Amino acid sequence: MEDLSLHILDIVQNSIAAMAKEIRIAVKEDELNDKLIVIVEDNGKGMDEETVKKVVDPFYTTRATRKVGLGVPLLSAAAEACGGSLRINSKFGKGTILEVWFPLSHIDRPPLGNMADTIISLIVCNPDVDFIYEHSTPRGKFDFDTRLIRKEVPHVSLGEPDILDWIRSYLSEGLNEISGGA
Amino acid sequence: MKSLQELEEIRKKTLESLYLRKDRAGTRIVVGMATCGIAAGARPVLLAFLEEIKKRNIKDVTVTQTGCIGVCRLEPMVEVYLPGQEKVTYVNMTPDKVARIVAQHIVNGQPVTEYTIGGQQKKND
Repeated sequence: MEDLSLHILDIVQNSIAAMAKEIRIAVKEDELNDKLIVIVEDNGKGMDEETVKKVVDPFYTTRATRKVGLGVPLLSAAAEACGGSLRINSKFGKGTILEVWFPLSHIDRPPLGNMADTIISLIVCNPDVDFIYEHSTPRGKFDFDTRLIRKEVPHVSLGEPDILDWIRSYLSEGLNEISGGA
Repeated sequence: MKSLQELEEIRKKTLESLYLRKDRAGTRIVVGMATCGIAAGARPVLLAFLEEIKKRNIKDVTVTQTGCIGVCRLEPMVEVYLPGQEKVTYVNMTPDKVARIVAQHIVNGQPVTEYTIGGQQKKND
């Protein structure tokens, strides 16, 4: 993966496969502690303890189309390559929280990439799922919540082109304002 | 800065146009968005389809995703479903190929054979 926004797009696919209806993505650029933290939290079907242990193994997958499951192992390896780490907390029937952190200033840390494109792609493909996106940098905090948008546009899918255009501008403007250069 | 109030105007406009959409009901563009697809460049392809559909003001086309289609070496892959026609699978997709697929296949119903699995194999033979 070229950047973290692509990893995040990939990790959220697991939440969608777990039938989550609400997915929170949080990105925290913490210069003080030199940490870039990404959290993906969902209310999907969750995993038991045994499965949680297996998901960082690239040769474990629940799918039948192939014998490897690389999403979590790739992100975990990217974090560990520069001294960070990944952990997963999951409760069967409740949901899953994945948290990964990177040393913010590490030269090998992948760049954050285009989070607006990732959020837009997720909404287009999953207009019925709610996404909550929180991004904080030393320059401020940006919050985005599809539940609020849904309230303003009842009976209209969030995948409609004009709504997507509005969301794209909203995300770009908001993220530009707090841009921390990650 | 964008405000939530602007959405009310967009909602009215969208609801009006929803009643007009009947032409291509059922047309689906499905992008492979598993780890293999995303790593190979599925996101810019997906966004290029959205852009092209908006530019041409095409109604009634759904852009959506699927998991691993099973031939990871040919990712990014895109499946196009047109009502009454067989599914067409495009492989090794790039954003540059999108405009032609939309114009030739989605609008005019003629698949771009050279971008499909068969077309790519012929090229390699």
